[in-house]
Amino acid sequence: MKSIKIKADNLNVHYGEKQALFDVSMYMEKKQVTALIGPSGCGKSTFIRCLNRMNDVIDICKVQGKIEIDGNDIYAPDMQVEQLRERVGMVFQKPNPFPKSIFENVAYGPKIHGIAEHKSDLEEIVVNSLKKAALFDEVKDRLSDSGTSLSGGQQQRLCIARAISVNPDIILMDEPCSALDPIATARIEELMGDLKTEYTIIIVTHSMQQAARVSSRTGFFHLGKLVEVDKTETIFSNPSDQRTQDYITGRFG
Amino acid sequence: MTDRIEQRINSLNKRLNSEKRFRIYCIGAMSFALAWVLILFLNIFSSGYSAFYRTVIQVDVPFLNLIEDTTQFSEMSSEDINNLSMYSFSKKAIYRLFPDIEEKKDKKMLIRLFSIEFEQEIREFLKSNKSNINETETIYLTASDDVDQVNKGNYPRDLDEDKRRIKDIQLLFFDDLVDRGLVSYEFNLPFLMRGDSREPELAGVGGSMVGSLFTILVVLILSFPIGIFAAIYLEEFAPKNRVTDFIEININNLAAVPSIVFGLLGLGIILNTFGLPRSTPLVGGIVLSLMTLPTIIIATRASLRAVPPSIREGALAVGATKMQAVMHHVVPVAMPGALTGTIIGLAQALGETAPLLLIGMVAFVVDVPQTPLDASASLPVQVYLWSESAERGYVEKTSATIMMLLGFLILMNLAAVLIRRKFETKW
Repeated sequence: MKSIKIKADNLNVHYGEKQALFDVSMYMEKKQVTALIGPSGCGKSTFIRCLNRMNDVIDICKVQGKIEIDGNDIYAPDMQVEQLRERVGMVFQKPNPFPKSIFENVAYGPKIHGIAEHKSDLEEIVVNSLKKAALFDEVKDRLSDSGTSLSGGQQQRLCIARAISVNPDIILMDEPCSALDPIATARIEELMGDLKTEYTIIIVTHSMQQAARVSSRTGFFHLGKLVEVDKTETIFSNPSDQRTQDYITGRFG
Repeated sequence: MTDRIEQRINSLNKRLNSEKRFRIYCIGAMSFALAWVLILFLNIFSSGYSAFYRTVIQVDVPFLNLIEDTTQFSEMSSEDINNLSMYSFSKKAIYRLFPDIEEKKDKKMLIRLFSIEFEQEIREFLKSNKSNINETETIYLTASDDVDQVNKGNYPRDLDEDKRRIKDIQLLFFDDLVDRGLVSYEFNLPFLMRGDSREPELAGVGGSMVGSLFTILVVLILSFPIGIFAAIYLEEFAPKNRVTDFIEININNLAAVPSIVFGLLGLGIILNTFGLPRSTPLVGGIVLSLMTLPTIIIATRASLRAVPPSIREGALAVGATKMQAVMHHVVPVAMPGALTGTIIGLAQALGETAPLLLIGMVAFVVDVPQTPLDASASLPVQVYLWSESAERGYVEKTSATIMMLLGFLILMNLAAVLIRRKFETKW
């Protein structure tokens, strides 16, 4: 039995009148990749955004239920959301580097958290993060170029480096490859394989093949409900719910 | 089959023709607008450019008549020179141009060829050259407005004498001086340096230029930070509810309020209730700030809204506070837009007249203001003041002032474009 990193318990999310998630309960294992699949609008992005409280930004969003990371309730009143996001990094659907230099993109997180005391420490963090994100060799000669001048796949790896730079436990990836070509996608998937030795990764994806390739556990969402969550191979070979079966065989979605 | 093709071709020709017509309308509209701008510029330029040079008359001043030894001037302080009685001495220096004139009346007419401050001009020359005065010095004295206008050809000489301000005998003197090569032009520096005057040849835009500058400075200092912070709060931090909706509507309304209303507000509250000094750039600046604020807020909000939300999310996701996300990432990207809005707002304020009339910046001010707390005019008000004056000299000065004003406006708009080009974020 692997140890549990994140546990969601009876999670209900409303956007104003509309309920987006219904009684979602699941756990994610430490240093494993968990994939969340399902048709568009099924609530998987909403769920992943609850894990670092990005939904707080949306005024009308109300979250009920409990999410624990390492046994701590992240919606507890004394939880500092900035501190939470330092531990739970996020990579978005569309690469969103800051319109600043590559160096500054990665250095920003450590700077605001005061992680690096000296300039040399900061440089070390930036280099290490870029190396971990498999980007360093491509950009080492032009760290002062704008992050937005990179290609889409490079931008996304820059965003991964930015997420890693503050040394989180968990990395959330919200459809990180949906804007990328197959080659860039393959590089990111390869990278995820390396990263899971250090980080717990949750990935939302539209591609079932991707989920099958990278994850050890997979959850299937449909209409705001978590239909089924199990070992990835079980989900794809022998799902217990008819809806999962229909989705993975391409009957809807 | 061929019918169908023919039909298509006909319909395509129709569409292409209507496109051609549309383009002609557009080009026509643009040319019409451009033509008016051109006419405006030509009109102002043609009547205003002559204000930038002025007529001076060369006079030999025999300083030896004032003092036994001209080297003594170098030992005198400025105050001593101010105390010298120089009026009749200066007049005599001018009479020397036409030694044959005997009649007092004619002498008076001769003196009137010169600006009323001829004595002052000789004194100033003496002060600034006191260590190096020869027995006789050649000084270029300002001609009177009438002579200046005749010399520039702006004055109809063929009117009956009693309908003219300049008399026949004066024209005779003038023509003789021209023949002797004593009349010349020089660059009209005093026009740029001096304040207003009752004498057209002595009136300058210096005072109103400095007044406008102080006013704009006050507007910048007040409305830029207030506008930017208000916009940031409304766009990034304020909850979206009825109160903020109400504020938003009212800011938009404020932008549409006629400027004279702000003048009334300034008169009623800033002058009468708070008792700030009347006619000053400080008060003018405060009033124009009220007018400029909505422009800045609206422009800044628009450019904040144009920053992609993914940038905010990116910053928040690494653990930035909301304030850090906004100040480190959103505001820098929005800044060029905000600055452009600010400069356009300032340009509006620079050209605004009505509210300044109400708070007393329409006063006749001779001195160039030293601080924003000195009474002063501003460029547009100066235009208004001079456009009402009868003397011919003010006609060219009015146009010249408009030229200065347009020049500043064009410079500011150019700055806005350059700032936008230079600092715009490249995605």
